[in-house]
Amino acid sequence: MELLRFTTAGSVDDGKSTLIGRLLYDSKSIFEDQLEAVKRASIRKGNEQINLALLTDGLRAEREQGITIDVAYRYFATPKRKFIIADTPGHVQYTRNMVTGASTANAAIILIDARNGVTEQTYRHSYISSLLQIPHLIVCVNKMDIVNYEEKVYEEIRENFSAFASKLSVKDIRYVPISALKGDNVVVYSENMPWYGGGTLRYILENIHVGSDWNHLDPRFPVQYVIRPISDKYHDYRGYAGRVAGGVFRKGDKILVLPSGFISTIEAIDLFEQELEEAYPPMSVTLRLKDDLDISRGDMIVKENNIPKVDQDIDVMLCWMNNKPLTPGTKYYLKHTTTDVRCMVKEIKYKVDVNTLNQVDDGADLKMNEIARVALRTTKPLFFDSYNQNRQTGSIILIDEGTNNTVGVGMII
Amino acid sequence: MKYNLNHLRELESESIFVMREVAAQFENPALLFSGGKDSIVMVHLARKAFWPSQLPFPLFHIDTGHNFEETITFRDTLVKKLNARLIIGSVQEAIDKGRVVEEKGYAASRNLLQTVTLLDAIEKYKIDAALGGGRRDEEKARAKERFFSHRDEFGQWDPKNQRPELWNIFNGRKNQGEHFRVFPLSNWTEMDIWQYIYLENIELPSLYFTHERDVFIRDGVWYADAPFMMKKDSEEVIRKMVRCRTIGDISCTGLTLSSADNLEDIISEIAATRVTERGSRTDDLRSESAMEDRKKEGYF
Repeated sequence: MELLRFTTAGSVDDGKSTLIGRLLYDSKSIFEDQLEAVKRASIRKGNEQINLALLTDGLRAEREQGITIDVAYRYFATPKRKFIIADTPGHVQYTRNMVTGASTANAAIILIDARNGVTEQTYRHSYISSLLQIPHLIVCVNKMDIVNYEEKVYEEIRENFSAFASKLSVKDIRYVPISALKGDNVVVYSENMPWYGGGTLRYILENIHVGSDWNHLDPRFPVQYVIRPISDKYHDYRGYAGRVAGGVFRKGDKILVLPSGFISTIEAIDLFEQELEEAYPPMSVTLRLKDDLDISRGDMIVKENNIPKVDQDIDVMLCWMNNKPLTPGTKYYLKHTTTDVRCMVKEIKYKVDVNTLNQVDDGADLKMNEIARVALRTTKPLFFDSYNQNRQTGSIILIDEGTNNTVGVGMII
Repeated sequence: MKYNLNHLRELESESIFVMREVAAQFENPALLFSGGKDSIVMVHLARKAFWPSQLPFPLFHIDTGHNFEETITFRDTLVKKLNARLIIGSVQEAIDKGRVVEEKGYAASRNLLQTVTLLDAIEKYKIDAALGGGRRDEEKARAKERFFSHRDEFGQWDPKNQRPELWNIFNGRKNQGEHFRVFPLSNWTEMDIWQYIYLENIELPSLYFTHERDVFIRDGVWYADAPFMMKKDSEEVIRKMVRCRTIGDISCTGLTLSSADNLEDIISEIAATRVTERGSRTDDLRSESAMEDRKKEGYF
């Protein structure tokens, strides 16, 4: 069974909670005691119907205010796949939460209300999904029951969206007309829309090809931890532990170590008591090399004929996550793969309006939830790829030196 | 299709990555060990993460004194087998010293008292990262947890002000006196845990399999009888075939009537069940936000 991570974004009334509730309920992932608890809470709050949003809105403040503040993770499984949903709020002031939910997703569900068609919120969710390089977008035209299941309504929305989507860099876009409330095309095929020839939402989620979502071309192994046992039996053991971030490493492969430039050969790939022939993303393994080299955390093992970029000057699309705005000239800690360096913000080149995708040239600072192209200078060279090529080696976070908070997240261009 | 991991291997790899980050980013981590299945899986993953080295952190048990005997026997055998270090925070000791006051009445439990003991022990042993086996699918407040969850100098969790956590970049920076709780099993479900135990053939305490025991029923939940369990006159002790679906201490662990004596049967039992595993945990049923409230104070 494979794992698929997907994200949803939405605000009150757009049917997101109903949709998630239905996916969970119809796959028997809501348990009786959870449903009882939600029923009790709904009655106490004076709701007429069972409010399925209470399943995901886990914090007291969220339930009190009836809003989703943070990302909530929900889990369900069908006989074909295990799913992790990152459920995020959809308003513009929660851009940072949407970005967080999108960072690990294989797929994004874009919900469009059939009555309203493509709106500003649709643009925003789609742009964020594209910026975070979510490989698959599933556009759900919801509330089809209210528009009498009319094909014309669906087709018009589909055309509008695909015209806009040509501006995005998403590999795979699917469309499905649904009614989350009535259950049409969510888990069960709808008899109300015989004109629709595609699969149900769940069918799409179960069958999207996720194997190719990892980079299998460019071998990248950020060294995370050096294993040197202090025991007689493993006296000479020296292993480099880490998670493969790209490409395939095989026993016997010739490798190159950054930054030293040393060359060696993979002697063995260990996973516990087992020796593997090869390792690929996202496997956590331990590499042993033929030669005794000076390698430590933050180094990267790659192949001689396929070296990432090595530079102290990087441009990133940065999403700002903190109340205190970013200003050029400020210094931050920067984390990239297993490396920690310091960096200085050299310049904010332009901001992006997440609702229109237009570049805007305003302001000397970057405020919370804003996204901009920013130039950074690091104290040591980073070994990186562009985010479009590799989400693992192309992402960074910025940390405030005073509070230690994560204040910004960036996709390397 | 060749380069695809199945879901258990992907979760395993994620957890191993998180554990290695902890070993790399912190000076004095410890692995919270209760003797329950999740912490046993945690130990297994830690062995995988650092093999052939020994665990780079001690096991850390918060002992309420109201344990099932089987849990303690299992713990001590495991510690010996792994040649691991064990540190213990004792709730009984905290009661004796007057740090906490025992609850009274029939529903008395030492569950809440664990928080003070846990925070005291974290301070005493200067632990800067406590690895816990909490999972997001367990409970709605847990669903909001980060992998790396920051605690202030009072050990408190501020759920409305958590650090953003993206990709697999984990920020463990902190100021003096603060610490982290780290949850490598965040993305596992109860079913994943059982399937993984089966896949890896991980040894468990006998409590998880059916056995005969003195039990009594209260508010529809079966409890084990023990000398410190106060019973009402109407609560009659009888012998039943039961097993634990989750193990806490005796006072808050509901038992399942079951004949499952092997992992296959347990997995089919869980696949068919319509109640969550914490559905019979008295500690969670106290109020709608019982878990959130406890976690803010510094609970597991």
